[in-house]
Amino acid sequence: MKCQRCEKPATFHITELASDTPDELHLCEEHARLYLTQTEEPEEAMSSLAGSLAQQLKIGQTAEDLSRLDQQACPVCGITFYEFRHVGRLGCPHDYVCFEEELEPLIVNIHGATEHTGKQPKNGKDSTDGRTELIRLRREMQDAIEQEDYEQASQLRDQIKKISDQ
Amino acid sequence: MKLEDLARQCGEWLRGSGPESDIVISSRIRLARNLADFPFIRQCNESDRFAIEKNLKETIFSIGKWKDLSYVDVNTLAKVDRQFLVERQLISREHAESDGARSVAIDQQEKFSLMINEEDHLRVQVMHSGLALDSAWKRINEIDDLLEKHLPYAFHPRFGYLTACPTNVGTGMRVSVMLHLPALVITRQIEKVFRSLQKISLAVRGLYGEGSQAMGDFYQISNQITLGRSEQELLQQVNDVVPVLIDYERKARQFLVRESQKDLHDRVSRAFGILCTAQTISSEETMHLLSSVRMGINLGLIENLEIPMVNQLFIHTQPAHLQKLRGSELDTADRNIERAHYLKNHLRKPDDDSAEKN
Repeated sequence: MKCQRCEKPATFHITELASDTPDELHLCEEHARLYLTQTEEPEEAMSSLAGSLAQQLKIGQTAEDLSRLDQQACPVCGITFYEFRHVGRLGCPHDYVCFEEELEPLIVNIHGATEHTGKQPKNGKDSTDGRTELIRLRREMQDAIEQEDYEQASQLRDQIKKISDQ
Repeated sequence: MKLEDLARQCGEWLRGSGPESDIVISSRIRLARNLADFPFIRQCNESDRFAIEKNLKETIFSIGKWKDLSYVDVNTLAKVDRQFLVERQLISREHAESDGARSVAIDQQEKFSLMINEEDHLRVQVMHSGLALDSAWKRINEIDDLLEKHLPYAFHPRFGYLTACPTNVGTGMRVSVMLHLPALVITRQIEKVFRSLQKISLAVRGLYGEGSQAMGDFYQISNQITLGRSEQELLQQVNDVVPVLIDYERKARQFLVRESQKDLHDRVSRAFGILCTAQTISSEETMHLLSSVRMGINLGLIENLEIPMVNQLFIHTQPAHLQKLRGSELDTADRNIERAHYLKNHLRKPDDDSAEKN
């Protein structure tokens, strides 16, 4: 069996009895050591909470469903749902759009709600979706440079400049 | 502003004034914001981080009234200096200990700080002395509005302000109040208090301690939920609970005064005595004893010593502060001696303000 945090074989099998349902963790030696010796501040504790709640998404799904879900990647930043589940942190603002359905139960679990009722930014002209395009374009430009496709990189750079200057 | 200068001054939340300051040390509000055109920090490469840092730094200093803020590049800072900023609550431990381009802009009076590239691109933090959440909110709201004019914040019509971790999404706001609760600890009611707070989704955390162990009997109460309630509602929740806790603590203190006056007086006097005469003393022991002394002052059992001085002692006897004040690095054993020395100097002559003149 593989470690839940990396690709090495799991040699530590830990059952946590802190909540109503026992939590089973299967970790390699290194991640087990980290897990057992971590001193958590509440901010960190809450984000590993997000990670472990994300693990709980498993309960309502079949192994097939979950592995399909895990392979979904954000078109803008490239993070996969698998990576999010194991780290507890998202990759970019667009993840809230492309993973909206999957994030909803997690967010309900944490906050007991899914609709924001507080302050809003006053300048509506800068919509987030328009700006997150830049993340994708920069990533593609980086890839183009790495593959030495400098013409493509240059086109992307011009596109980026056009949007940034708006 | 050099860090050594900062060490000598008394920052906002150390003033020991502000409402209910016998029990409430400080009120703090933090807002998490991200730029819409960059990945969240974890997914950023080094050049993204530099670009975000540059963008935010330029924006902050383009604002007229902030031209005198101190800008600190945390990434290139020595470890003792980072620790110093953490002790002073100007940056989080996470900010001090992570890697990559990151920095902080600090107000001269230490009423607010702007962390760049912490868990989110921007974390704004306001701290006021005593119980002062409404004025803290007013200040942080203004800061947020000022920045928002120049920055494309990542925002979703449904989920609100977008953050790297879903536990902060929505308002991105963490409201916390730091309380001194020695009597509730002595009368063993503190566990009960924790459990009832957790039932209404408020988190309790000890100050400076590992995990939840509270050193010096200081506890931080904060909201856990950030989505589905407005900023006002979240503030109100904490604002409603704190007076109840203050009342419990005051009643517990009165109980101790009534029922075990002699023991209480003895405890406080012994604490004061050790602090005045020890030749070497650890930071843990100092926190523990200062906590008794602080309560003793509030109950009129110790004279000739004021709360602001005690607050100052709490901070100046922390490891990094001792070293900054001394002007050199010290190992643990030397720090313990330096600490005892510092305490002697400041407790024996409570009117001496040579610390500020240094």
